[in-house]
Amino acid sequence: MAAEKAEMDVLKKECDGLRTQIEAARKAVNDGNMTSAAGSATEVGRVQLKLRKSLKGHLAKIYSMHWSSDSRSMISASQDGKLLVWDTHTGNKLVAVPLKSAWVMSVAFAPSGNLVASGGLDNMCTVSNIKAASPKTLRELDAHTGYLSCCRFLSDTEILTASGDTTCCLWDLETGKQKIIFTNHIGDCMSLALSMDENTFVSGACDSLAKLWDLREGTCKQTFSGHTSDINAIQFFPNGNAFVTGSDDCSCKMYDLRSDQEVITYQDGSLNAGVTSVSLSNSGRLVFAGYDDFNCHIWDSLKGEKVGVLSGHDNRVSCTGVPADGMGVCTGSWDSFLKLWN
Amino acid sequence: MTSNCNVSNMRRLVEQLKLEASVERIKVSEAAAELQQFCLQNASKDALLVGVPTGSNPFREPRSCAVV
Repeated sequence: MAAEKAEMDVLKKECDGLRTQIEAARKAVNDGNMTSAAGSATEVGRVQLKLRKSLKGHLAKIYSMHWSSDSRSMISASQDGKLLVWDTHTGNKLVAVPLKSAWVMSVAFAPSGNLVASGGLDNMCTVSNIKAASPKTLRELDAHTGYLSCCRFLSDTEILTASGDTTCCLWDLETGKQKIIFTNHIGDCMSLALSMDENTFVSGACDSLAKLWDLREGTCKQTFSGHTSDINAIQFFPNGNAFVTGSDDCSCKMYDLRSDQEVITYQDGSLNAGVTSVSLSNSGRLVFAGYDDFNCHIWDSLKGEKVGVLSGHDNRVSCTGVPADGMGVCTGSWDSFLKLWN
Repeated sequence: MTSNCNVSNMRRLVEQLKLEASVERIKVSEAAAELQQFCLQNASKDALLVGVPTGSNPFREPRSCAVV
């Protein structure tokens, strides 16, 4: 027992030393932040987007939405127990996928447009083929021991999931088995975002940390701190070298991968609502953040200023998304509506 | 939790921290400048920044009727 205690003390000391080393290394490169660097950039002015469509169809809270890679179809998930695929140009519903479990928290479109995935309090990720005559369940990925908070396809054969059991997982859809389990978070994983080259991904969790992972080796490469509460949302900046997070601490932050730290915080004394979702415009200049205050606020990512607001929902904004062609932004809410703005 | 479990957990934590400590870091000013440059270079192609011309807005109801 004494020998173990001695070893524990040595290891604890080593951990503390390493943590101090990391902080010192970050401080050493912290020679300025985004707002000082962005001094020369012109202001974006007031961003006033108009409501173009209100998509009505769900009968209960919408928890998640995801654009198809064609920038036209979009899928939404509601706790009315349905996934709806919409043609956002006409506003028509294309497909309705009934869910075995109504407690859905996340939905995703495969890049091919053939498959969709969803899951939630059933702890499973269900993958369906929506191109069949009627939606057909392909796989029920069942191994997480906590709720499914987020899922993202790499292709029609691989999918990444984040779970309330604190792990993320890469699955092989051909076998239905787990390929790699990513463990390191000490709180529920709430959100994940895939890098463009699909070699890495970032995750945000209730331990208030964001982590960068190597998708093929299964290792956590970097850990980013700064938030003081659950991180609910995470998205990559379009050049892949940074990512934006949204948290219950009412702020959003941008972290840069190569300087290994936070470069700017988006927060305002008058905003006392948690952030549920984040998405970025195609140049990365605008951050669309959905809040519990029923609004989606728009931030200038470089200057850290609030430059606009999308108002119109009658309840919490739970999800936002910008399609690949960047032509608009979609917001989804607990008020059961999805709105399209540009 | 047995004390052996604690020790192996701590060893894993040490290895993880060593990995994270070994990351090569660039200056924040350099990182911020590159992010800014990306935004500015792509600003003209960002429809949400520059606006969508009325005639070609995919989400907007067309004003005229078309015979299909």
